[in-house]
Amino acid sequence: MSSLALRVRKHRGLSIGLVAWLAGIVFFFPIAWMALTSFHSEADAAANPPSFGAALTLDGYREFFGAGGGASPWPALINSAVASIVSTLFVLVLAFPAAYALSIRRVRKWTDVLFFFLSTKMLPVVAGLLPIYLFAKNTGMLDNIWFLVVLYTSMNLPIAVWMMQSFLAEVPVAVIEAAQIDGARLPTILWRVVAPIALPGIAATALICFIFSWNELLFARVLTGVVAETAPVFLTGFITSQGLFLAKVCAASLVVSLPVLAAGFAAQDKLVQGLSLGAVK
Amino acid sequence: MTATTAPYAATPARASRPPSARLRAWATRAPLLPALVFMIVVTQLPFVATVVISFFDWNALYPKARHFTGVDNYRQVLTDPDLRHSVWTTVLLTVTVVLVSLVLGLALALLLDNRFRGRGIVRTLLIAPFLVVPVAAALLWKHVLYNPEYGLLNGLLHYVGGPQPDWISNTPLLAVEAALVWQWTPFMMLILLAGLQSRDPEQIEAARVDGAGEWQIFRHLTLPHLRRYLELGALLGCIYIVQNFDAVFTITSGGLGTANLPYTVYQSFYQAHENGLASAAGVLVVIGSIIIATFALRVVSSLFREEASRA
Repeated sequence: MSSLALRVRKHRGLSIGLVAWLAGIVFFFPIAWMALTSFHSEADAAANPPSFGAALTLDGYREFFGAGGGASPWPALINSAVASIVSTLFVLVLAFPAAYALSIRRVRKWTDVLFFFLSTKMLPVVAGLLPIYLFAKNTGMLDNIWFLVVLYTSMNLPIAVWMMQSFLAEVPVAVIEAAQIDGARLPTILWRVVAPIALPGIAATALICFIFSWNELLFARVLTGVVAETAPVFLTGFITSQGLFLAKVCAASLVVSLPVLAAGFAAQDKLVQGLSLGAVK
Repeated sequence: MTATTAPYAATPARASRPPSARLRAWATRAPLLPALVFMIVVTQLPFVATVVISFFDWNALYPKARHFTGVDNYRQVLTDPDLRHSVWTTVLLTVTVVLVSLVLGLALALLLDNRFRGRGIVRTLLIAPFLVVPVAAALLWKHVLYNPEYGLLNGLLHYVGGPQPDWISNTPLLAVEAALVWQWTPFMMLILLAGLQSRDPEQIEAARVDGAGEWQIFRHLTLPHLRRYLELGALLGCIYIVQNFDAVFTITSGGLGTANLPYTVYQSFYQAHENGLASAAGVLVVIGSIIIATFALRVVSSLFREEASRA
């Protein structure tokens, strides 16, 4: 390659890098601004033109956590944690053996079964919302976090089955056969042989299910009230403006998003696979 | 990468069927059954109930007056100008958000497909909007960016002496769309980046040696290869955004002509207690989704088969 072509290429590489950085900063800027605003006093947060260099304070966070006499977000955060973590555990318990039957020791028509799971994901939530609401109302399950746990399990199970079957397909068959020859039964094989090998995939699946449950609003909004309210429902309390409250909103949005940001960055490599239901690796 | 170690050898031969074959078939099925039964009960039964309810005139406030009305609810949904408008809003919202975020996502994916300093950091910065809780993201746009008095957009316009518009009141649907595009562009970028990185580098190098320009390579090699991934991104985007509730609920509360079908269904039974109407609207959303989903399933299954044949 001539030195000129090399220089042109290098120059091009540099400008692509610059444009990419610029795009990254533009996309991230609202989040950075939200973070900065959450550490400003309400007066500074509402300043126009914006005050970039204003003094920092934790007042927004104190307000959010109920120092100013507002409702404490802790019950909602704990509800969200329970609904997300428990439903994710249920999903794993149901999806892991199912994925085994769809990838290692396959049932007949396993692709049909896989696509049945996928098709349920394409059924919009609103399609079943009303009967689910009526069922909850008539059985006294309204405003009960365990009812949400069941719904979130069904919401994430198809994603988990798809992801896990693609991870389990990578487990070498020879290892499983060796265990079978040693007389190991299915639960032992799943727990002692398959699970350790597929652990990174299982962890990514869990993180993605956790994110979807934590984010969910429609079910939670319709089915919970004062007792079982989740964090997104708590946030809807900020929809109408209530005087000077920008710093508090920013603090609230950031605190509620932190678990998702953490889980998302932890699962970054497998995020595409999960979001595309295992279609893209 | 698909580093698969022959998973397909595991299916047992089914040529001869000893008496215990049926038992063994059930043993194979057993691990699958709990998940399958759970899914059928929790997702299919409510939908059947929705279809049944959609044929009744049923206002929850007057439960005694409940009676069968046939397709009246559907007629009402399809002729009610508000509901018709919400169908149109849903289509417009979905198509706009999917197309714009797909184009932006493609541009970003092409940028990130290059080697440059700090690529990992830029990737992380770009993914971040997708990892903000949807309600929180909608609140961020509504209050922190759009607010006409103290929002950041007008704050920045202030510096250049620009006008101070009331973004949500002036362009409500666009305001919702912009917030959704911001959240969904990273999703498209991730899928398309995975597509770009699954290209055959030798093929591209060969084209380059043969004197193909960057544009020619993009037009004749990259774009055809990306077609499946573009389709997948578009269809998954459609499935998620058709159902969007959070952004509409938070930013405009369905006002100013931004009520989409999910919001309308929510409102008609949660606030107006019209169970029959809500169900009919819900069934219509499903019919729309089935049309999208038929294409989606086809795309996913073709990608799936490709992966399987490569493995």
